Amino acid sequence: MDHRSEDLGFLWDHVWLSAVPVIIGLVIALPLGWLARRYTWTYPPLMSITGLLYTIPSIALFVIVPPLFGLKSLDPLQVPIALTVYSVALLVRVVADGLASVPDEVTQAATAIGFGRMRRLVSVELPIAVPVIAAGLRVATVSNVSLVAVAGTIGMDNLGRLFDQGVQLSTPTAYYPPIVLGIVLCVLLALAFDVLIVLGNRLLTPWRRAVISQ
Amino acid sequence: MISDVFTWLNDPSHWRDSAIFDGIPTQLLNHLRYSVIALLIAAAIALPLGLLIGHTRRGGWFVSTVNAIRAIPTVGLLVLLAVMIAPHFHGRTDLGYLIPTEIVLVIIAIPAILANTYAGVQSVDPEVRDAAAGMGMTGSQVLWHVELPCSLPLVISGIRSATLQVIATATIASYLPLLGGFGRFIYDGYHQQDYAQMVSGGVLVALLAMIADLLLATAQRYAVSRGISGRYAKSAGGATTVATVEAEVSAV
Repeated sequence: MDHRSEDLGFLWDHVWLSAVPVIIGLVIALPLGWLARRYTWTYPPLMSITGLLYTIPSIALFVIVPPLFGLKSLDPLQVPIALTVYSVALLVRVVADGLASVPDEVTQAATAIGFGRMRRLVSVELPIAVPVIAAGLRVATVSNVSLVAVAGTIGMDNLGRLFDQGVQLSTPTAYYPPIVLGIVLCVLLALAFDVLIVLGNRLLTPWRRAVISQ
Repeated sequence: MISDVFTWLNDPSHWRDSAIFDGIPTQLLNHLRYSVIALLIAAAIALPLGLLIGHTRRGGWFVSTVNAIRAIPTVGLLVLLAVMIAPHFHGRTDLGYLIPTEIVLVIIAIPAILANTYAGVQSVDPEVRDAAAGMGMTGSQVLWHVELPCSLPLVISGIRSATLQVIATATIASYLPLLGGFGRFIYDGYHQQDYAQMVSGGVLVALLAMIADLLLATAQRYAVSRGISGRYAKSAGGATTVATVEAEVSAV
């Protein structure tokens, strides 16, 4: 039997379930990380809250999200919401640390040539923070790819369903193809995201290559 | 829905074992048993290796290779080993599923402990290390009395993150038949469409993870020398970390 269309469907589900929560997470984490940097008294409580969220195991967060957000159990939104929570928890610290990595002389120079606070943030501080943020994005996406597969065990469509099929088909004797396919596709997907982020980082920070090539 | 969860957790029959149902205390013990066995084995492998590689500063490539394991989806690894090993065990034993679970738990715990131990030892200030050697300490004295205490915060945070990953993955292991742990409530609830049980299982796992992390954080507070953490009673304020590390070295 040809499983190609079903497997491609799982792959596509896996792609957007891994990527979209990180993008939404970054959009939420940027202002929070800026807040933690701008008003330093917010840093410790923000880090405690995000650290606490990050200790919750993935499968537990998946099943706790629906009652907290007023969804039905096994709602298709519960996995992306839970993964967004993780991404925010990870990226707030990353954004705050990234902004902290901007040398003081640079911000002072930007202020001295007349940049307002907003313009300084967008065109000076954020670009310099890109490498730190990109490193955080790599961790977030790679761990997301693995976490999405966990959602397959409670019946959500993605590459994790291949593992489910593997278990079903393995009585009485082991049947490996769906399991191996799932693992290989997950690893390749994680690798592809990783390469994309590294490339994006290079494109967004051309000055770093200029320094290295000197 | 939230009140259903409270009702489920408050039901005394869910705290007792019966012929068809293992209660919350029993599943807590199962969960702890799976996790502690795996953490002890992983620590016994990763701690000495990390200390050795960090101390000799040779074999850093090995640490990054082991780190690549993290890209493998845990569920996939679990299912793969389970269908490989389980058919060899017959009858009423749960060993066929327990062994693959423990192997996976050990495999996912090792990278966190190894990478942090290595990074901790490797990042000890070379001046401190030189001072210790200059005082005539042998290689193993430098390791045990200087490098290990200095790297303890990172070593323990490696153990903390390994513990969280092991508790999380031990939950997913209940997806396999015959295995206990809090994940049993999640997957039984899922299969019986008993969502109060499923969510309660999630709440129990989250609480377990938070308490375990809190305990380890407390242990970290007491195990790490104040010279490293810089925590002093107010009266003693002003001493810098480097100065105290050197003071400790001279006290050895």
